Amino acid sequence: MGKFNDWRYWYAEQKGTLLAIAIFVFMFVVYCSNHPAGFTANVVQTAANKGVLLAFVALAQSLVVITSGIDLSVGMTFTLCNCLASWLVVGSPWQVAFGVVVVLIVGALCGAVNGLLVIYGRLQPIVATIATGAIYYGLALALRPSPGGSVDETLADALTGRVFGVIPSSLVALFITVLVIWVPYSRSVTGRASYAVGSSETAAYMSGVPIQRAKFAAYTLSGLLASMGGLFLTFFTYTGEAAYASGNAYTLFSIAAVVLGGVSLFGGKGSAIGAIFGALAFRTIGDLLFVFDFDPLWQPLFQGIVLVLAVSLGAFGLFRIRNRLEWFG
Amino acid sequence: MVDQPLFRMEQVSKRYGGVHALEHADLDVYAGQIHGILGENGAGKSTLIKIMSGVVAPDEGRMEIDGKPISFATPAAANKAGVVCIFQELSLVPDLSVADNIIISDPPTRFGMIDRAKQRKLAEQALARAGAGDIHPQALVKDLPLSRRQMVEIAKALARNPRILILDEATSALTAADVSRVFVVLKKLREEGLAILYISHRMHEISELADVCTVFRNGRKIETYKAGAKTSTQVVELMIGREYKNVFPPKPEVHGKVEPILQCKNLSWTNRLKDLTLSVSPGEIVGLGGLDGQGQRELLLALFGVLRSYSGDILVDGKPVSMSSPGVAKSASVGMALIPEDRKTEGLMLPMTVRENLSFASLARISSYGIVNRAREDVLLDEMIKLLAIKTAGPDIPVGALSGGNQQKVVIAKWLMNKPRIILLNDPTRGIDVGTKQEIYALLRQLADAGAAIIFYSTDYDELIGCCDRVQVMYDGMIKRELVGAEITERALIASALNLDMAKDGKAMGSH
Amino acid sequence: MSLSSRTYLPRYIRSFDPAVLAAYGCIVVLLLIGSLYSSNFLSIGYLVQQLKVASFLGVIATGMMLVILLGQIDLSVPWVVTVGAMMSCALAGHVGLVGVLAVPFGIFCGFLIGLVNGVGVAYLRIPSMIVTLATNAVAQGLMVVYTGGFSPKDNASPSMRYLATGELVPGIPNSVFCWIVVGALAVFMLNKTTFGRSIYGIGNRERAAYLSGINTRRVVMLTFGISGGLAALGGVLLAGYASKAAQSMGDAYLLPAIAAVVLGGTSILGGRGTYAGTIAGVLLITLLQSILSVMQMPEFGRQIIYGVVIIIMLLFYGRSKLQV
Repeated sequence: MGKFNDWRYWYAEQKGTLLAIAIFVFMFVVYCSNHPAGFTANVVQTAANKGVLLAFVALAQSLVVITSGIDLSVGMTFTLCNCLASWLVVGSPWQVAFGVVVVLIVGALCGAVNGLLVIYGRLQPIVATIATGAIYYGLALALRPSPGGSVDETLADALTGRVFGVIPSSLVALFITVLVIWVPYSRSVTGRASYAVGSSETAAYMSGVPIQRAKFAAYTLSGLLASMGGLFLTFFTYTGEAAYASGNAYTLFSIAAVVLGGVSLFGGKGSAIGAIFGALAFRTIGDLLFVFDFDPLWQPLFQGIVLVLAVSLGAFGLFRIRNRLEWFG
Repeated sequence: MVDQPLFRMEQVSKRYGGVHALEHADLDVYAGQIHGILGENGAGKSTLIKIMSGVVAPDEGRMEIDGKPISFATPAAANKAGVVCIFQELSLVPDLSVADNIIISDPPTRFGMIDRAKQRKLAEQALARAGAGDIHPQALVKDLPLSRRQMVEIAKALARNPRILILDEATSALTAADVSRVFVVLKKLREEGLAILYISHRMHEISELADVCTVFRNGRKIETYKAGAKTSTQVVELMIGREYKNVFPPKPEVHGKVEPILQCKNLSWTNRLKDLTLSVSPGEIVGLGGLDGQGQRELLLALFGVLRSYSGDILVDGKPVSMSSPGVAKSASVGMALIPEDRKTEGLMLPMTVRENLSFASLARISSYGIVNRAREDVLLDEMIKLLAIKTAGPDIPVGALSGGNQQKVVIAKWLMNKPRIILLNDPTRGIDVGTKQEIYALLRQLADAGAAIIFYSTDYDELIGCCDRVQVMYDGMIKRELVGAEITERALIASALNLDMAKDGKAMGSH
Repeated sequence: MSLSSRTYLPRYIRSFDPAVLAAYGCIVVLLLIGSLYSSNFLSIGYLVQQLKVASFLGVIATGMMLVILLGQIDLSVPWVVTVGAMMSCALAGHVGLVGVLAVPFGIFCGFLIGLVNGVGVAYLRIPSMIVTLATNAVAQGLMVVYTGGFSPKDNASPSMRYLATGELVPGIPNSVFCWIVVGALAVFMLNKTTFGRSIYGIGNRERAAYLSGINTRRVVMLTFGISGGLAALGGVLLAGYASKAAQSMGDAYLLPAIAAVVLGGTSILGGRGTYAGTIAGVLLITLLQSILSVMQMPEFGRQIIYGVVIIIMLLFYGRSKLQV
């Protein structure tokens, strides 16, 4: 009985994440079974490489969303790091390593600035990150007024290829990132504090939770993760480009992915794992269109409709609500 | 008793804007004692507690623990020094588990990560110590009912091994069974040598628990006395600073038979309301009694159109009405009003002005074609502010700037402005000072005499006895018993609230 | 004391909060800085030109403000603007009655998308950020499919062009009048009507508004509808101004609209804000963009300065109060 109860509570906590995994697996199975080549290492590798970019950005977004904040600059941090990497991640192995470290530091700094503005500037995250997003885009544009640059191809190919000839190495990198960053973070005092802050800031304060540390960590890690996404973008494209539309799209898609992944925009609920699967699922939509031979023109519409349906799914719970006050949370 | 106080506060003051919330307050707290703090709302009790527990910093004055001066920058610092407060407004994080919440400030860690197994063990111990071993440590706090949450709050405080434990209206959300469990726990803690500060509006709780009492009024300490040294009349006089007269207005002798204005027949909703039948006539105040959480709130919400898919009939003026929203309930043909439970989240928009709040439920009355008629609004506002003697510097200041009692008056006035015929009240005097309470009692009777039908839910038995013509005692979603007139006694209320049958047959209730 | 003396002041003076005054102060400062750069800055011609540019943003920001007052946000602005522009241009090619209906039809399409947002937020209780994101994607998808991914060939109708560039009063383009009319209606609605009171009430606490017997869901739905309609009107005016609709013509209006509303002192959490502030915010953003382009600042510098200035101004007066 006791054991059963434990599972029940565990399930209640992880429901959103499990649902995101289920949605992704379903879509991916449909994709593979209709793909002319079927479930081969090649197909998986291509899908993974596309999915991992959004997965990193969604991972970044989820950390901030858990604190009930939002980072509308995440796509621009991603773009800025792409442009920076196209300058720095070239040359001798030492230079390459140095370049990677600098890119990661710059990403973390972008996040830290957001964090400081929200914590000490007491600005609302949504407006603060709109403004910093403009700044980061401006910096990206300064670095790359027109697309160009290059990246160390050995490293790029290693990270976008396959490990043991089967597993996409971008997925391995994502997995390691989760293991090294998300798992310890979510189980640390700071990580739990970020959930507490997102759920109820007043209660967290009253309980002596380190609110500022939690927020600062969330925003900074978010910047760091976005910069990893930016690095991977460089590895895929071999260039840097200050693309406004793509940066914006990544920001907006990251919010969509986070929601698909069962992370509540009100904060305090969900996990980064869910966000990753939300991102992978969102990316699979486009691939599905491809295997079903749709005109690519239909892709935005299809993505929109799936998004509408996905977010409306949650609304079915409303029919079970019998006290109308529960509408208002 | 030890000679040196465990905690001492001297000449502490705190101002908010120009208002003295606390003025040169002194307080000595001794180990092994339960110290009751009494005072009206706005007397400075909550400021006192906030200063003691590090939530706000005092403007001046000294604090000492064991004779050594101290000051707290944050609640965490106060906790470290052994001062732990259980706040009236819950300090639990809704989306975290019970165990996470209990061990939130200083969890056991391994390699920088929280050791969940160990944490759970600690949480279970704390829950058991608080007498709430039935709560599952993995449950999310938001899924627990209010009274269970409060027990978690107490467990959380105990897990911090306090030397001084402060309870601020900590029992106001608890069921009677929980209250008695908490009392056992508190008495045990007293024997263990803790100093306990107990703040409550419920006088009988203080007299059952406290060793020493201190009365605050208008931000000043008025008097400290040994428990039992004063009669409750004397204590109330100290609190309100004026002669204490009969609190409740006289009830009218007998009611003539009047047709009921509101009836419900066989009303059921999920498993919370079971086959309720009830009627109220103009001129009547009908009380809802029973332990907290027996479906009283749900009954009021159902009548007001908030609950979906109830079964049974609700009749107004003898005709069935489909109560599908508060909008229907307040329409002219029904004329219902609900004074909700929580004025801060359900009754008022705190940052908005008194004017906007007062007019909000009767916009149709003060507008034509959707356009607000300022003159008509002003007339009605004036009338209401006078009728309820709302103390405000004009109708255009934010309602959040008013005192708690005046805010509650605004909630009531806002509904009276719509000239309701049926008034439902959900525990309207919770957390309100004695003076305002008296005014509300008088107002209710005045409204009833003017022809309103009133349903009045209260967790305070004294109010039910003093105010109501009839009391429906609820138990587990059903009406267990109706008490009329002289039958409404504390004993009868408690007996039927606990669903004991003997009171009816005149048998002894057994030791209580 | 000061409180009671304040209550005798007329309501419209009291309702100016410091944030709004600061925003107008910033406008003056910007103009002064600009005039140091070039004396043109204080000329009537330049100021009218700025008003004209501001009027498009002004119309769009009005809808955004209403939604923000509810404590929500409308991220569907970019493509609703485009939908308004493209749909009205689509009818503009026809002669007779259909051609006359071009402008109302564009607005109506935006209103419909807004209503969908409203249904999602009010009835399905989906966070507005995500509903509007989704409808934005759907609107984009519809337009991409409709146009085949290219700029549509239809031109704006004469009525659209008249609305945007005609001059009812010589020297002042009609788009400015459009903004004035929209603004006046918004001020009237917010201050004098029960609908406006409901918006503020819901923005402060929807639960309390519902328990006061307000049909909160209908108010929220309609407000989103209005926001959609106004965004589409903005698109119609832009199309009239440029004689054409274009892909992603609305992208440049989402963030400035939010920034304008917030710089104007409206709380992003809802329930607090005045239209006077939004006007200030719109003018502020427009002037800032104009000054940066007059200074011939390269695009990257404009973006950076734009972001820095918004942050500085927000730090100045847009900070939330400390808790407890």
